Amino acid sequence: MQLALNRLKETFGDSILETHSCLGNETAVVEKEKIVEVIRFLRDTQGLEFNFMMDLAGADYPERSERFEVIYHLYSLSTKKRVRIKVRVPEANPVVPSITSLYKAANWFEREAFDMYGIRFDGHPNLKRILTFDEFEGYPLRKDYPVNKRPKIPTPDPLIKV
Amino acid sequence: MTTQDTAKPLDTEHMIVNLGPSHPAMHGTLRVVLELDGETIVNAIPEIGYLHRCFEKESEVKNYTQIIPYTDRLNYLSPLMNNVGYCMAVEKMWPLEIPERVQWIRMLICELSRIMDHMVCIGTNVVDIGGLTNFWYLFNPREKLIDWVEALCGARLTTTYTRIGGLMKDMPPNTKSFLKECLRETLKAIKDTTGLLQKNRIFMDRTQGVGAISAEDAISYGFTGPCLRACGVDYDIRKAHPYYFYNELDWDVPLGRYGDSYDRIFVRFEEMIQSCRMTEQILEKMPEGPIMTDHRDVALPAKHEVYGSIEGIIQQFKIIMHGIKPPAGEIYSYTEAANGELGFYIVSDGSDKPYRIKVRPPCFAIYQAYPDLMKGELIADAVAILGGLNVVAGELDR
Repeated sequence: MQLALNRLKETFGDSILETHSCLGNETAVVEKEKIVEVIRFLRDTQGLEFNFMMDLAGADYPERSERFEVIYHLYSLSTKKRVRIKVRVPEANPVVPSITSLYKAANWFEREAFDMYGIRFDGHPNLKRILTFDEFEGYPLRKDYPVNKRPKIPTPDPLIKV
Repeated sequence: MTTQDTAKPLDTEHMIVNLGPSHPAMHGTLRVVLELDGETIVNAIPEIGYLHRCFEKESEVKNYTQIIPYTDRLNYLSPLMNNVGYCMAVEKMWPLEIPERVQWIRMLICELSRIMDHMVCIGTNVVDIGGLTNFWYLFNPREKLIDWVEALCGARLTTTYTRIGGLMKDMPPNTKSFLKECLRETLKAIKDTTGLLQKNRIFMDRTQGVGAISAEDAISYGFTGPCLRACGVDYDIRKAHPYYFYNELDWDVPLGRYGDSYDRIFVRFEEMIQSCRMTEQILEKMPEGPIMTDHRDVALPAKHEVYGSIEGIIQQFKIIMHGIKPPAGEIYSYTEAANGELGFYIVSDGSDKPYRIKVRPPCFAIYQAYPDLMKGELIADAVAILGGLNVVAGELDR
C-alpha cells in the first residue's frame, strides 16, 4: 500500500516532507500550507478515494522546533486502505488551515484539538472550546500543563439576587 | 401536521429552549440549545463536555496497565469491548502474538458486549418514545448476561478484564451451558420486542423518516457502526479488516436503507441476532490453552518461577517496578465497537507510559450530526432521534 504515498510524492514533490510506514501505518508529513490541497487530492483522486476522515488528533512535542502536530487519519471505503497525514506547526504561530470544507466530521475534531492544544484552524466556522468550558485558562493537553492543576470553575450568576 | 391549511398563520417569535443536561431523555449529560418555531426545531446547538474526565491527560502519567481501568469508563454500556480495543492497540506496537484462546475469548466478550449495548440502546430509545414494556423484555436477559460478566471478572460494569498480552483469568467453568441459556432468552426477547415494534403503527409513525441522513452525509460526518449501516453503507471492520478469528465465523452484515431512526433500531436488532449466531460458533470452536502470552516483556511469570528461580524473580521485579515498555513508535488501532469504529492512536517513546493517547470515539462523529438530523423535526422527535444514535457520554467526553 505504498500507492497513496507514492502518488502524493509524485504530485506534490517537495511539499511532502517525510514519509514512513511504521507498523504498517502509512504516514506522510506535509507542509501545512498544502494540507487542504493534499487532503482534497486524497479524497477526490480516482483509485485513492479516502472518503472518511476517521480521526484528527493534536500532539505536543516541546523539544521540537515545530512544537505541535496535527494528525489526520483517513480511510477509503472502496480500497479499504488507511493513511495518516501529519502537519507540524511552531508554538509561535500554531495555525493550520481547516479541512471543514472537505469533511463535515472535521468540525468537532478540530475544535477538540484547539481546545486541548491551542492549535488554531484557519477557516473553521466555529472555533471555540468543546470539552472544557469557555473560561478555561491554558490548554490542558500541552506537556507543560501540570496534570494536577485544577482550574477555577466560574460560578454562574444566581437567578434570584437577594 | 402543518398549519399551511389555515388562512393566515399566526406570527410567532422563535423561542430558545434548553434541552438537558439534567433531563432524563438527554441521558443526564448532553445539552442542546434549541431554537423553536412553535414546536418545530429551527436550529440546535449541542454542548458537550459535561462528563469530561481528562482521560487522555491522565493516561500520559499512568503506565500502560493502569490505563485499562480507565477504558472501562469510555463506553460504559460495553466496557469489555473497550478493554479489548485498548489492549489490542498496545499489543500491536511490538507486535505481540497472543494465544489463540485469548483471541477467541476476546471475540466472545466483544459479541456479548455488543448484545448488551444494543439492548440498552433500543430499550431506552423506545422508553423515550413511550413504550416501557420493551425495556423490561430486553433488560431481563441483559441482567443475566451481566451475571455472567460478574462471574467472569468480579465486576458488573468496571470490568478491567483484559491484560496486555492476555486476560485477567479464564472463563468460569459452566460458561458454555450458561451462555447457551442466555442466548436462548436473548433471542426470545428479541422476538418478543420485534413483534411489539416492527409493525406497530405508533412506533412507525414516530421513527420512520425521522432523523434520516443520506449515505454521503453520513460518510462525510464520519459515521461508523450501526448508524452508518442503517444508511446502507456496507462497512463493518469485522468484515472489512477481520481481526482475531472473525473471518472463520459465518455471519452477515445487516444493512438498512433509509438511514432513519427506524432503520437504526432494526439494524441493531439484526446485529444482536448475528452476534448470537457468532457467540454460538465461538463457544463451539474455542480451543483450550493458556490465557496469557509467554512474552517476557509483558507476562508476569508463574508463582513457582518467582519463588524458585532467579530469572523468574527478576522478570517479576522488572515488570512490576519498571512497567511494560512497548517499543517506540506510533499506532492507530481500530476495532468494531457497538457504536462503530473505536480507534486508539498511541504514541510510545519507549518508556512505560504512553506519550500520547487519542481515543477516536464513534459517538463523537455521530453526535456531531445531531443538529442536522433534527432540523425541521418536532421537539419530541429530537428525543426519539437521540436515543437511536446511542450517544454514550463516557466516550463522547472522555
